[in-house]
Amino acid sequence: MARLPESGMVEKRGAGLWLTHLGLIAGVLVIVFPIWLAFVASTVSQPEIVRPPMPLWPGDQFFENYSKALVSGINAPVARMLFNSAVMAFGIAIGKIVISILSAFAIVYFRFPGRNLFFWLIFLTLMLPVEVRIVPTYEVAANFGMLNSYSGLIFPLIASATATFLFRQFFMTVPDELAEAARVDGARPMRFFWDILLPMSRTNIAALFVILFIYGWNQYLWPLLITTDPSMNTIVMGIKQMFPSGDDIADWPVIMATSILAMLPPVVVVISMQKLFIRGLVDSEK
Amino acid sequence: MATIRIDNVKKRFGQTEVIHGVDIDINDGEFIVIVGPSGCGKSTLLRMVAGLETVTSGEVQIHGKRVNELEPMDRNIAMVFQNYALYPHMSVFDNMAYGLKIAGTAKAEIAERVDKAAQMLQLGDYLDRKPRQLSGGQRQRVAMGRAIVRKPAVFLFDEPLSNLDAKLRVQMRLEIKALQRDLGITSLYVTHDQVEAMTLADRMVVMNAGVAEQIGAPMDVYQDPRTMFVGGFIGSPPMNFLQLRQASDDSMRLPPQIADRIEKAEGPVTVGVRPEHLSLDANGEARFSGRLRYVEPLGAETLVHLVTEGGEQITVRQDGIAQLPEAGSQCVMSSAAEHICLFGKDGARID
Amino acid sequence: MEKRVIFKGWLLPLLLLTPQVVVTAVFFFWPAGQAVWQSLFIPDPFGLKSQFVGLGNFEFLLRDPFYRASFVTTAVFSLLVTAVSMGVALYLAVLADRLIKGAGTYRTLLIWPYAVAPAVAGVLWLFMFNTRVGVVSWYLGLLGYDWNHVLNGGEAMGLVVVASAWGRISYNFLFFLAGLQAIPRSVIEAAAIDGAHFWTRFRTIVFPLLSPVTFFLLVVNIVYAFFETFGVIHTITSGGPQQSTTILVYKVYADGFVGQDLGSSAAQSVILLIVVGILTVIQFKFIERRVHY
Repeated sequence: MARLPESGMVEKRGAGLWLTHLGLIAGVLVIVFPIWLAFVASTVSQPEIVRPPMPLWPGDQFFENYSKALVSGINAPVARMLFNSAVMAFGIAIGKIVISILSAFAIVYFRFPGRNLFFWLIFLTLMLPVEVRIVPTYEVAANFGMLNSYSGLIFPLIASATATFLFRQFFMTVPDELAEAARVDGARPMRFFWDILLPMSRTNIAALFVILFIYGWNQYLWPLLITTDPSMNTIVMGIKQMFPSGDDIADWPVIMATSILAMLPPVVVVISMQKLFIRGLVDSEK
Repeated sequence: MATIRIDNVKKRFGQTEVIHGVDIDINDGEFIVIVGPSGCGKSTLLRMVAGLETVTSGEVQIHGKRVNELEPMDRNIAMVFQNYALYPHMSVFDNMAYGLKIAGTAKAEIAERVDKAAQMLQLGDYLDRKPRQLSGGQRQRVAMGRAIVRKPAVFLFDEPLSNLDAKLRVQMRLEIKALQRDLGITSLYVTHDQVEAMTLADRMVVMNAGVAEQIGAPMDVYQDPRTMFVGGFIGSPPMNFLQLRQASDDSMRLPPQIADRIEKAEGPVTVGVRPEHLSLDANGEARFSGRLRYVEPLGAETLVHLVTEGGEQITVRQDGIAQLPEAGSQCVMSSAAEHICLFGKDGARID
Repeated sequence: MEKRVIFKGWLLPLLLLTPQVVVTAVFFFWPAGQAVWQSLFIPDPFGLKSQFVGLGNFEFLLRDPFYRASFVTTAVFSLLVTAVSMGVALYLAVLADRLIKGAGTYRTLLIWPYAVAPAVAGVLWLFMFNTRVGVVSWYLGLLGYDWNHVLNGGEAMGLVVVASAWGRISYNFLFFLAGLQAIPRSVIEAAAIDGAHFWTRFRTIVFPLLSPVTFFLLVVNIVYAFFETFGVIHTITSGGPQQSTTILVYKVYADGFVGQDLGSSAAQSVILLIVVGILTVIQFKFIERRVHY
């Protein structure tokens, strides 16, 4: 994104520059405020919150709130839910990458009967979220005995073609001559896949992994349906379960600590792998 | 070491036939260049020999054995691609060694063969680098190295120099020629560049629209083009072609032995003569006249461009120091009778 | 666009496809087929057997005022979420694009809400506007405004819109910024030399050049608002008050799982499938065009 200094000389000097910064900072503050408030709430005590207005600066209950959340939680220890979320997110990311890189390889590098049919069957699923076919999918999972299981959390969400589509796009840009050179060198298809195609796809795989990890981590409706046992809850859906059903006052510090913990892994992934993430996002949507 | 035999080979993509039956016999150790304009089917022919395209009909033999049904890896060939097709994530060493590794060659032998090839190609210092860290010429050498280490029976080159700049192209051309001569491996080389074809080939195949128009040693092809296409494609500047309306019109005076041949021919005849066989005087038996349009001095030689009364272009190649008439003046050109080629209406040579 | 034929054989590619085909068949086509099948039946109250009703479920749905209201709610909700998130994102992207240095820093500061799950975003905003403890609602109270999204449908809608749009700003910002940075400087400089001021330049040159990105985001955001905002709605309002925030996806869930009206829920699923199908076609056409520029 580096741009030569002189190429942006149309304007913005002096006051204009400061106004631009001011506008952006205001925007950042508005965007960040909800998260800041959640963080503050996770470091103060319940009485401080229930007597509004709550403080806007962190308190001293950080360890109390977080350890309470992690160890005991409300329905289930948050540590347990974090683990469940991690299994689900990794399972979805890895599972999707594996099945879609294989099928993209088959579709791009082979001609076989029914290729077009399979191609369209897979691509029909593009953009059709699980939310739409929720009831029957639930029944299928229930029939397989997948309720309250990791496979139930993972497999139904692997059935989507976005990753296949992305790999297909990428394979199309790999020069034909590379596969031909490998053929002349004596590589059979799977050898070519392992030795050439897979190493060349490293960045794409990593970028896709970031996107899919976040997708899996942030799932809500599906885990809500499929996990009735609190010990199988994922953290994102578990937060809602922490609210009391009646008129009781929610344990806000613990809930907010859980919220912070729930957003931490994907936020860390996004920020630390920003370049890959942006690439993956822009590529996958193009 | 191998011979190659291409026997009435045809290729169809769907309904369209792109190669209409080509026959080439290649001797052991021979360097054959297939030359032609883009789209003439030369690359397709090469890829059929490589096994990257199926042969629609006819037969390809390598060392007397039919290979139509064999996979590329089983044909004992190596190929150099136009864009080199180096594996981007592998080092130079691994690129060259990949084929041997797959073949299960012992590690020590791989190292020895790669080192030897690298030495030959002056790549010794670059074995650990990735392709993207190399210059165009070096990448080209790696691609050559990858072919050499396999010790194949046949080298196939698909426009290997066309991604290089002009200077490097000349240099690599010499290197390829020297290397092929040293190794003595039968080679089939495809290019659209007639200079490459002239300089590299033991024999060349001039292809046009899916047909091998002429096969022969470069100088034979040059001096004795069998079709109008060959005359126009080989040689720079190309052969001059003049449509003949009558046996002898005002702008063209041909000696009787040529006029006789024209009389006997059916349909319109085209007269071909190379620029260097024309001179701006009336000393030859075949004379032409035209108006001088402009002059291009190139140093060692000068190209004189004229236009006949009928509006046809003629180029004359002169020595660089020759005295020349002014632009716009009427000139007489002539050539010895034996340099005049006649072509019939189908473009074939009339003897 | 096709590769040259490269590897032979049909068994290996079929094996390679098997995992995806199996997963897709079991968890996509079978459920989708079931949805279509179930949408033609009404189960008896005890769930013991079903009665075939043809398109009865659909007829009933289309005459059901609640379902129609849900359509309107979804349309209003989607348009508002799209407008708010795209508007704010475009504003920020235009500002960031004006900077020679520092655009990257702001990008880092602005992208991470993307990683926050809609459900978590819902909890965060619920906390701020909570009628008892919310900071914002408390300050609004000081100003004499009695915020109560639990009772007031309009306020509930406002809250779910803001919470849904909030997490989406990052995504839109990234695309707008990339789009803006792809516009050649020389075009803008030429306009500046022609005497066009910032706003004129934006209106006549930048925005038209940005239109492919804008259109793409429009479709993607509508899809997002349709389907992926379930978490926001469920955590903040649970569709209330009086169904004022019951969008279509929420209604599928509420009727199917809470209300146990499987036939109606399946029919709703089918209608949603059709809606997504249309949106997918629109987007596909658009993607194709983009690829072929």
